[in-house]
Amino acid sequence: MEEQSGLVRTKRMTLAKKKVLWAYIFLAIPIVFFAYIRVYPALFAFQMSLHDYNPLAAEQPYVGFENYERLFEQLGKRKSQTKSAFQNTINYVLLGVPIQLCLALAISLMLNEIRFMSTLYRVMFFLPFVTSTIAIAWVFRMLYQPRFGLFNVILQLVSLPQQPFLRSPQQALPSVLALVIWQGMGFAIIIFLAGLKQIPRTYYEAAEVDGASRWHTFRYITFPLLNPSIVYLLVLQTISFLRMFAPVIAMTEQGRGGPLDSTVTVVLQTYREAFQSFNMGYASSLTVVLFALILGVTIIQLSVTSRRIN
Amino acid sequence: MAESITPSNIFKDQGRVTTVGRASDDWKYKFFSYLLLTMIAFTMIVPFMWMISTSFKPEKEILRRNVFPIEPTLDNYSDVINKTDLPLWYKNSFIVAVMSTISVAFFDSLAGFVFAKYNFPGKRPIFIIFLTSLMVPTEMLLIPWFIMSSDPPIGGTWVDTYWGIAFPGVITASGIFLMRQFMQGVPDELLDAGRIDGVSEFGLYWRVAVPLSLPAIGALCIFNFLGNWNAFIWPLIATTRSEMFTLPVGIQQFSSEADTPWNLIMTGASLSVVPLLIVVIIFQRYIIEGIALTGLKG
Repeated sequence: MEEQSGLVRTKRMTLAKKKVLWAYIFLAIPIVFFAYIRVYPALFAFQMSLHDYNPLAAEQPYVGFENYERLFEQLGKRKSQTKSAFQNTINYVLLGVPIQLCLALAISLMLNEIRFMSTLYRVMFFLPFVTSTIAIAWVFRMLYQPRFGLFNVILQLVSLPQQPFLRSPQQALPSVLALVIWQGMGFAIIIFLAGLKQIPRTYYEAAEVDGASRWHTFRYITFPLLNPSIVYLLVLQTISFLRMFAPVIAMTEQGRGGPLDSTVTVVLQTYREAFQSFNMGYASSLTVVLFALILGVTIIQLSVTSRRIN
Repeated sequence: MAESITPSNIFKDQGRVTTVGRASDDWKYKFFSYLLLTMIAFTMIVPFMWMISTSFKPEKEILRRNVFPIEPTLDNYSDVINKTDLPLWYKNSFIVAVMSTISVAFFDSLAGFVFAKYNFPGKRPIFIIFLTSLMVPTEMLLIPWFIMSSDPPIGGTWVDTYWGIAFPGVITASGIFLMRQFMQGVPDELLDAGRIDGVSEFGLYWRVAVPLSLPAIGALCIFNFLGNWNAFIWPLIATTRSEMFTLPVGIQQFSSEADTPWNLIMTGASLSVVPLLIVVIIFQRYIIEGIALTGLKG
């Protein structure tokens, strides 16, 4: 009897060791992958930002924080491409995220109350989200064209003046933004609908018995209980607007972020510095600042969510 | 008298007081909901209709203001297929998306299985490193990846190769996290029973954990395929020759010449978008539930 339990114990020991061994074997490729494709390049980007890194030059001299100094000098100027890139990106976030989430919330509230054809509506709102951004941005670019673009055709039908849209420095940013809001809304709607489903029906029944108005029901039941979805989407959409690139390159003349830098974003500016001017050191410093911005948003989210749990 | 004050009666009475107002209110609310939703749904569909309709228009109709083609033609399609590299871009996009989806399905679920079901020294730090990599935006890695691709440890150059386009996405941290969550639901008893029966550790993953996690793996595959099919910024950097472009990169290059060939661009866009839309419509329930479940972004 005793011998047998001893046997079981040693067998268990070897089993535990065997499991550890297999865990490492299974993880070997993912660990190497993350070390080499994710961690090392991130550190490499920091290091590049401290060098005058031009892949075509013979040497990549160390320059300390010169790239960052140049970046902040550009930001301090009255007008520079880098400054426009940051200003536009912040405008995209500050305008795009609230508009997109408000629209998505309103649509979700309506969708949540209807039964008939609700799946059909859901699929229609969701289709743009799974579409290639480049393809659909080109479609919007055509819709915005003067004379033959659909939007101007409609304006003419209702006898309103023609608009330049993408060709005007004032209208270009909102025009690009409209596409991005339109395309990403379906995702927010799905997350909101999932959040709304979580709210117990009994709360609404109680509110109805108490004779609460629609607004009060929304203000005191739906909105507070939907908070996790709202915070989640705020963070996710803020990050995705901070990273905006494809719509701008597809919708502006030669992908330059024009007219007059009015639509250029941080990522587009990075792309142009790195792969068109080969200032890879300076471009890396731009991506490090972008990383800091995204990290800031994530930290704010973590502190907000952990406070709620406490 | 006492009978009328039953709970159900109170409920009914009070209900009636409010629902008289609510019922008509409800009707109006629903009516306006449908009206607004229909209008919004219309704006969601119009750009797709415009795209498809333009792809059937002859060149001379582009500048006219007709919404539907007057003389519909298939010339744009034969031009795009015969005179551009679009068939190659199609093939490239498909190969890259399938390659990385198979790899993600295997490695993400295997790593998720290990993090869910094994205890080993260093488990926490390794998992945290995997997760923090989610916070680093891909944009920050593009330039190092490009430098690494031009002078890689294995092979001459990764630029203009399928591996070069696909490598950043062959294992994903979000997928590992998702699979870990899901695999935690696999009962330990089942795995132990397997061990007693002499099933190997890989056999436990392959024949127990994977079959039980098929819905999650399916969702992961769909999002990964969509994400790769639509990926733009890295394929733009990782390819220089037109034969190696993926669809979005190719469509972007259409316009580089002085004149914008709108009918050809709309045809290319239709060819890239429509097949996927059909697939999405067929699997819509599955995809929508998957997004709601995982919060994954394509």
